[in-house]
Amino acid sequence: MRRTAPFVVVGLVVTAALAFFVSPHASSSPDGLNKVAIDEGFDRTEQPHALADAPTAGYAVRGVDDDGLSTGLAGLIGVAATFAVAAGLLLVVRRARGRSEATPAPARG
Amino acid sequence: MHIPDGFIDAPTSLAAGAVAVTGLAVCVHKTADSLEERDIPLAGLTAAFVFAVQMLNFPVASGTSGHLLGGVLAAVLVGPYLGTLCVSVVLLVQALLFADGGLSALGLNVVNMALVTSFGGYALFLLVRRLLPRTRASVVVASGVAAGLGVVLASLAFTVEYALGGAGGASVSTVASAMVGVHVLIGIGEGTITALVVSAVLATRPDLVHGAAHLLPHRRLVVGPRVAPEGVA
Repeated sequence: MRRTAPFVVVGLVVTAALAFFVSPHASSSPDGLNKVAIDEGFDRTEQPHALADAPTAGYAVRGVDDDGLSTGLAGLIGVAATFAVAAGLLLVVRRARGRSEATPAPARG
Repeated sequence: MHIPDGFIDAPTSLAAGAVAVTGLAVCVHKTADSLEERDIPLAGLTAAFVFAVQMLNFPVASGTSGHLLGGVLAAVLVGPYLGTLCVSVVLLVQALLFADGGLSALGLNVVNMALVTSFGGYALFLLVRRLLPRTRASVVVASGVAAGLGVVLASLAFTVEYALGGAGGASVSTVASAMVGVHVLIGIGEGTITALVVSAVLATRPDLVHGAAHLLPHRRLVVGPRVAPEGVA
């Protein structure tokens, strides 16, 4: 079986580049749902987000004055967080399965 | 398409939360059965990539933007169960770190953007793939078509939720036509991006595309170097 590590590393570099360099240039217009909400008048029902004071709320890192840099850094933080949470969750799932099996799998060398 | 707090009432949000938890539990269970060591970094990459591309809003009609939802992309790359988990992790991180998508609406958002797109969209992918020749190009086309339609499915899911418990008193039929209208356009973007990414992965590592596994030559089940058990010469 071919190794996957090089693919994952290159993929993460591409992903980080998109998050850091491209996201500051994304459209800031309301998205499809928000536009419909504005047009149909139910945008007024939106409640403030419970975590609106988080240091990275709104894809901006608090304390970074440059808007592009702030968005790009938020993108990098998000990429790192999603990778870590997804991989961490699956590691837990895999270990839990290992424990639940009658005969533990032999350690791989 | 992230629903903030307030658009949908508490009972509907709670019901969607229950659907989301049930769906994710099934996904964890199914994933645990087949998860291999190498799937873990690939799923992490899929989640991270979907997060990054969700930030890239592209302009559609006047004063409106759209972004990739990524459910079909994730499902084609790593399968619908693992794909649903990847997109759900993205939604969780967005709600907790970036205040994007209401906490009370997390269940609604998981239903619309993870479960509906990964499973509904993946079913459409399989359907379109079956109608086409057994080639890589067919996998790319089927991914793109299914991804585009998956966005429309997600917009219909929102409309159902709005009909059940929407605030603000807008007419459901108007919301339905407005949602579908704009999401057909966003779906074109979703389909294009999905097809391009699937095509790029197929060109470099076709063995890592779940939705193209039927094209791989049959292999023996034991593919790694086999270590003799201790005590056996």
